Amino acid sequence: MTEHHQPLPDLPPPITSTGVIGWMRQHLFSSPLNIFLTLLSLYVLSIIVPNIINWAFIDANWTGTDRTVCDANPNGACWTFINVRLNQILFGLYYGQHADQIWRPITAFIILAGLVGLLLLPRLRFKAWLGAGVLLLYPFVAFALIHGEWLGLPVANSSQWGGLMLTFILASVGIVAALPLGILLALGRRSEMPLVRAFSVTYIEFWRGTPLITVLFMASVMLPLFFPSGVEFDKVMRAVIGITLFQSAYTAEAIRGGLQAIPRGQYEAADALGLGYWKKTIFIILPQALKISIPGIVNSFIELFKDTSLVSIIGLLDLLNMAQTASRSIEWKGYDVEAYIFAAMLFWIFCYGISRYSQHLEKTLHRGH
Amino acid sequence: MNTKSAPLTDTYRHAPVGHHENDLEKRLMIDIRDVHKWYGEFHALKAVNLQVHKGERIVICGPSGSGKSTLIRCINRLEEHQRGDIIVDGTELTNDIKHIDQVRREVGMVFQHFNLFPHLTVLENCTLAPIWVRNTPRAEAEETARRYLERVDILEQAEKYPGQLSGGQQQRVAIARSLCMNPRIMLFDEPTSALDPEMIKEVLDVMVELAEEGMTMVVVTHEMGFARTVADSVIFMDQGEIVEYAAPEEFFENPKNERTREFLGQIL
Ligand SMILES: Nc1ncnc2c1ncn2[C@@H]1O[C@H](COP(=O)(O)OP(=O)(O)O)[C@@H](O)[C@H]1O
Ligand SMILES: [Mg+2]
Repeated sequence: MTEHHQPLPDLPPPITSTGVIGWMRQHLFSSPLNIFLTLLSLYVLSIIVPNIINWAFIDANWTGTDRTVCDANPNGACWTFINVRLNQILFGLYYGQHADQIWRPITAFIILAGLVGLLLLPRLRFKAWLGAGVLLLYPFVAFALIHGEWLGLPVANSSQWGGLMLTFILASVGIVAALPLGILLALGRRSEMPLVRAFSVTYIEFWRGTPLITVLFMASVMLPLFFPSGVEFDKVMRAVIGITLFQSAYTAEAIRGGLQAIPRGQYEAADALGLGYWKKTIFIILPQALKISIPGIVNSFIELFKDTSLVSIIGLLDLLNMAQTASRSIEWKGYDVEAYIFAAMLFWIFCYGISRYSQHLEKTLHRGH
Repeated sequence: MNTKSAPLTDTYRHAPVGHHENDLEKRLMIDIRDVHKWYGEFHALKAVNLQVHKGERIVICGPSGSGKSTLIRCINRLEEHQRGDIIVDGTELTNDIKHIDQVRREVGMVFQHFNLFPHLTVLENCTLAPIWVRNTPRAEAEETARRYLERVDILEQAEKYPGQLSGGQQQRVAIARSLCMNPRIMLFDEPTSALDPEMIKEVLDVMVELAEEGMTMVVVTHEMGFARTVADSVIFMDQGEIVEYAAPEEFFENPKNERTREFLGQIL
């Protein structure tokens, strides 16, 4: 063993190259061109930002029940419109018109939030069983509440669903139903059986090569062709089927990436212990592969969440389209900027929240190594 | 590892009950006859013959790439041989998945890089296969696992994850994990060569103890001290062939083959 040479610790960097001042020097004022661009940007911002703040907050209209307030003060944003049409934008046409029924989607959402919160508790016992129960039973609870009929509640036909609620339903049913399909496809793509592999590859590449808007269009035009005429096929159901088939291909690719990252030694150790293909896959390979796939799956979920707006092609009104529709009603014509801003804000809150949660999940799942 | 009160394995469990066999002649556990293996064009094993009897300890050494891993990985079918027969405790290895499962249940393997399951705790690593392959009730599997973890002196780490352990500790867990399946044969593929020098002894100690209790063992290693004290026979492999096969004294004092002498000269 040679003796180790012990380097002296580095001197601390000069104060002007660290901290806020250092950062600004390095990134904003490093050359004459940069200085010019920085000053120009500051100037532009100083003109725009106060205007936005004035419009959105200081001069904005918040009160009232119709457009008279807003029309009297056209310099400010008309949040009155959002306020009055909130139920419609969040829950769709039926609940927009039946304010006394609004407790139904809200209850469904609170139950979901409660269950998810429960599942997020660390060290909860029987978590897997609870999770499976939620996955299997909750959709029926939510359907009974939101659709009605079963519990003697007035029927809210699915063609009347819309807004944030519809976006949420389409995206979450899509991702949950696509996950098991995606897992099977990813495993199939790596299978040693040529037929299984060929099927998986063809399926995945077919859906990945087709834009969602085409898928939705085909789901609305073509699905009914496969069923006897006269069978009225629910529009939301069509969208969910199309989205699930589409999404499963992306989920499969995300999971395949995870599978490829598992070292060969893991397979060999499982083989040597006598675990068969399915036990090896379920207990050893998938738990590790899914963990690695989380960022990819979440990314495609966020994309899906935003892409649900495309269901307008089959006549469904998701958050964006519902906001737009509300702003085009006779009562509120002309206030579409507010509608778009509000929809964008909700999209952002959800997508940002999901993204943060996935980062958190990756951290908590990270074990040693 | 100084408590010698309880045996490391339940050796008596494997006594061939009602087996009509001459007790003096030890039972043949591994029978490898004229085995060839190719990786594509590359001839990795050439006419290999090897018989291992119950309780025998075989050490295999040889230069890197000589086919040592390939040979012992053929014994539990991690690699498929193309010619010849491999019969493990009466079960011939063919493409029949039932035979393969049968053999894997009886043969434990310890790898150079441990290959513990990083998402499972040490205890879960040890109980997974007993529960799901042998259908052992969970409580019983955990009790067994704790007993083996205690014997490899690592019980206090049972709730940790493999990533939190040192290399030597991980390898001892890997040995305990194999033993939890109550194997009749243990295969070791360079179990100490990925370890820091100061951790080699703790792993070798466990292996010596296992050998003393009569486990049938095939060990690929370059730890010649281990070979001298523990092995019944030492094998030298080169270019896919068994070049020398001898008792340890003979092997080290009086090697017949030129390549063996060269090799021993390099590593001793
Ligand atoms: N999966 C494989 N594909 C192709 N060649 C392989 C594979 N595994 C091993 N080999 C080759 O077979 C020879 C023997 O390998 P191995 O049994 O691992 O040797 P050892 O364990 O003695 O170092 C080496 O030349 C190696 O390159
Ligand atoms: Mg090797």
